[in-house]
Amino acid sequence: MFKLFKSLCIVALITFALFAGTELRAADQELLGAGATFPQPLYSKMFDAYNQQYKVKINYQGIGSGGGINQLTKKTVDFGGTDAFMTEKELKAAGEEVLHIPTCLGAVVVTYNLPGNPKLNFTSELIADIFLGKITKWTDPKIAAANPGIKLPDLPISVVHRADGSGTTYIFSEYLTKVSPEWKEKIGTGKSLNWPAGQIGQKGNPGVAGYVKQTPGAAGYVELLYALQNKMPYGNVKNKAGKIIEPTIKAVSASANVSIPDDTNVSLTDSAAANGYPICSFTWLIFYKEQNYGGRSLERAETLAKMLFWVVNDGQKYVEPLQYAPLSKEAVAKAVKIIRSMTYNGKPILK
Amino acid sequence: MKMGKQQTGTDRSERRFTKTLMVSAVLIACLLFAIALTLLIESIPAIKTFGLGFFIGKTWNAASEKFGALPFLVGTLLTSFLALLISIPFSIAISIFLGEYFKEGALSTFLRSSVEVLAGIPSVIYGLWGLFLLMPLARAIEIRLGVPPHGVGIFTSSLILAIMVIPFSASIGREVITLVPSDLKEAAYSLGATRFEVLKNIVIPYARSGIIAGILLALGRAIGETMAVTMLIGNSNFLPTGIFSPANTMASVIANEFAEATGIVSSSLIYIALVLFLVTMLVNIIGNYIIQKISIEASKEVT
Amino acid sequence: MEDHVRMRLIKNHIFKGTVVLFAFISLLPLLLILYYITKNGISVINWDFLMNLPRPIGETGGGVFNAIIGTIILIALSCVFSIPFGIAAGIYLAENSVGKLGNLVRLCVIVLQGTPSIVIGIIAYLWVVAPLHTFSALSGGVALSIMMLPVIVKTTEETLKLIPYHLKEASLALGVPYYKTILKVILPSGLSGILTGILLSVARITGETAPLLFTAFGSQFMNWNIFKPIDSLPYRIFYYAMSPYPEWHTFAWGASFILVVLTLAFNLIARGVSIKWKIQF
Repeated sequence: MFKLFKSLCIVALITFALFAGTELRAADQELLGAGATFPQPLYSKMFDAYNQQYKVKINYQGIGSGGGINQLTKKTVDFGGTDAFMTEKELKAAGEEVLHIPTCLGAVVVTYNLPGNPKLNFTSELIADIFLGKITKWTDPKIAAANPGIKLPDLPISVVHRADGSGTTYIFSEYLTKVSPEWKEKIGTGKSLNWPAGQIGQKGNPGVAGYVKQTPGAAGYVELLYALQNKMPYGNVKNKAGKIIEPTIKAVSASANVSIPDDTNVSLTDSAAANGYPICSFTWLIFYKEQNYGGRSLERAETLAKMLFWVVNDGQKYVEPLQYAPLSKEAVAKAVKIIRSMTYNGKPILK
Repeated sequence: MKMGKQQTGTDRSERRFTKTLMVSAVLIACLLFAIALTLLIESIPAIKTFGLGFFIGKTWNAASEKFGALPFLVGTLLTSFLALLISIPFSIAISIFLGEYFKEGALSTFLRSSVEVLAGIPSVIYGLWGLFLLMPLARAIEIRLGVPPHGVGIFTSSLILAIMVIPFSASIGREVITLVPSDLKEAAYSLGATRFEVLKNIVIPYARSGIIAGILLALGRAIGETMAVTMLIGNSNFLPTGIFSPANTMASVIANEFAEATGIVSSSLIYIALVLFLVTMLVNIIGNYIIQKISIEASKEVT
Repeated sequence: MEDHVRMRLIKNHIFKGTVVLFAFISLLPLLLILYYITKNGISVINWDFLMNLPRPIGETGGGVFNAIIGTIILIALSCVFSIPFGIAAGIYLAENSVGKLGNLVRLCVIVLQGTPSIVIGIIAYLWVVAPLHTFSALSGGVALSIMMLPVIVKTTEETLKLIPYHLKEASLALGVPYYKTILKVILPSGLSGILTGILLSVARITGETAPLLFTAFGSQFMNWNIFKPIDSLPYRIFYYAMSPYPEWHTFAWGASFILVVLTLAFNLIARGVSIKWKIQF
């Protein structure tokens, strides 16, 4: 029995070692990323295609932008995804230099669950008042005033926001901070906010969309694609120029028609463009500039750099079918330049 | 000579064997202390910053870095006690059913195995089921009562928790009820008592502390339950205003925020985990102590 | 007088009726859960669902093959970590029924059994994920093995205590050394009891999700490497349940069906083993 036990242990150890030995090399052909759920449907499609083409497995888990930044900082992932450019404090906490590359543009839409799926128009005050908890019923005269002729049910509004640290929240709150002084004073901009009491929190874009879809009278904010894929209605928003804009690829691209700084840190919310949708943003992948850390091999760094290069070039063909807006030529050029600045032991990774 | 050599060989194996056993036992104790110590060390920054005031702080705000755990404490206590309240009549009924009325037979086997199956269903499946059956139900109730019909919240979580803890208190309740000495019961019957009177005056008073221990262990289970609650509580970091409002429990806030928590947030969450650990530890030790005492007393009376 | 007796009898009947009623009402949720899982789950299950990998978000089809394999790997890992320790500690407790260390360890086992799974998840993150700088199947296995351990220790101890003392005495009287007596006489006769304990503990961890959130992490690919994140059935159910996609909801039910069948199977086998063992005595 003792012998049996001993031999069992040995067998276990050998299998363990075999696993470790054979898989460690192959492990450099695998990458782990985590973060934003805003572009997750796109990444999920892109990485599926990338795996079929290059046999490189890229595992991306949507845990929210806050989670993506944190796990990159803790060096538990190869790259992170975020829809909010890292703050000074976060960059400092990361220790070494972290780079951002934009991958696509997306719109945050206000989605709701009402009988008959009416198309609603929102003004910035209306959105702020709903999410501040000042408008509590769909029959509120302010909603009716913005939507003449639409009959709204006598339902209370179940406001749902993100429970996790979210870039979608950041984009949404940045917009409201710009347009509503009251929002700026009471709530402000951030990935995690001090929301008014009595609201529901859900994890990730899927969680918010799932709750809205299941609850009559609910209202929440998600990336456009989540509303489209689930045939959920979403509102048009009055932009700075006073036009009512439907969130589309074109309207997002119109907002994105600005010059981009070298680090690609640019805010697109409340755009002055006449046909621009006001609640939209780039979404970024983040990674360390110097890739030789935590015992990473050169091969692994190369795998990462190649994948990033593919995402901003060939990978862009998957962007539009999923209703995200593709990067402009200028943005791609800036992103490529950033990827080329990645180093391993101080030497550039991509030649 | 040869004999002697063999003896020492055996002695060595013998010593090695007992040592292995002891080391394994010690390791288990070490494991627990290591868990407690890790939680303590990791939560020191939060303990230093907020101290015990952490548990009366009402705001949990990442933006201003002010963290108070009172909303989660209240959320946990409200959901757990509400769940117990709902589950007690049912679990006691099952205990009496299996421990007194139908000790054996097909009906008893059926009920007993059903309760066991109920105990074996994973938490995440309770959550899934709650999401698609309890949530619309709760919404309908909330609309009738005229409160905001969120569907998720303390009430819904308590319902699912109640279902989840019934098997625990019921199985312990059954055990202590069967431990009631039959001579006591027979004495009462011989005086002409009905079964109800025997239960009311003999069995329940005798088994009371055991039933309470069972409820206590169920409480420990309810406090630490994570997945089903996370899916149904509505994740609001505010002090709940009523039993229908969304909230967060200590376990659910960890599940929601730990992956993205850095610095003081992470430390605060681990502080919450430490408290959760200590509370469940206390509840479990007391519950088990009571049960042990009862079974020792019962075995004394048999002999 | 007659009235008084009748009242008592009526009370008696009412009480019995109430007990039976309440006992059976509490079965209602179980029936509903099983009904929902079977109704919604069984229609999804087919060869494709069992043998395919998940598809990208928004595309139809796909399956849970990687989650099934992941769950199996996680179970295997936690068995490797917890069974040797658990059995050895269980033997120690059975052999030292009194004594300070024994009592302390017994207390620790009780506390460990009651420790919330989410706390164990944090511990596995701090102990394994953070130092190794990656989410991994290994860390998930560590978390689950901590959950298995108390069950194994307890059942091993209780089983060995039930073995008649004369077996041990007879063996020792024949001059068999103590350790051989334990390993060759006591342990084999209690083997089925210990096996029951292991199966019960496996049933306990098969459906655990909370400790995997920050450890095994999930993966849409097939993964055999224990140093990489891995998928599991309960995690997939959680992921699918919280999504807005109707097809994924049905997948969640399908995966739940598989998970419940697995858990029940472990429980049933455990019971079968324990019955067989009782007959032998």
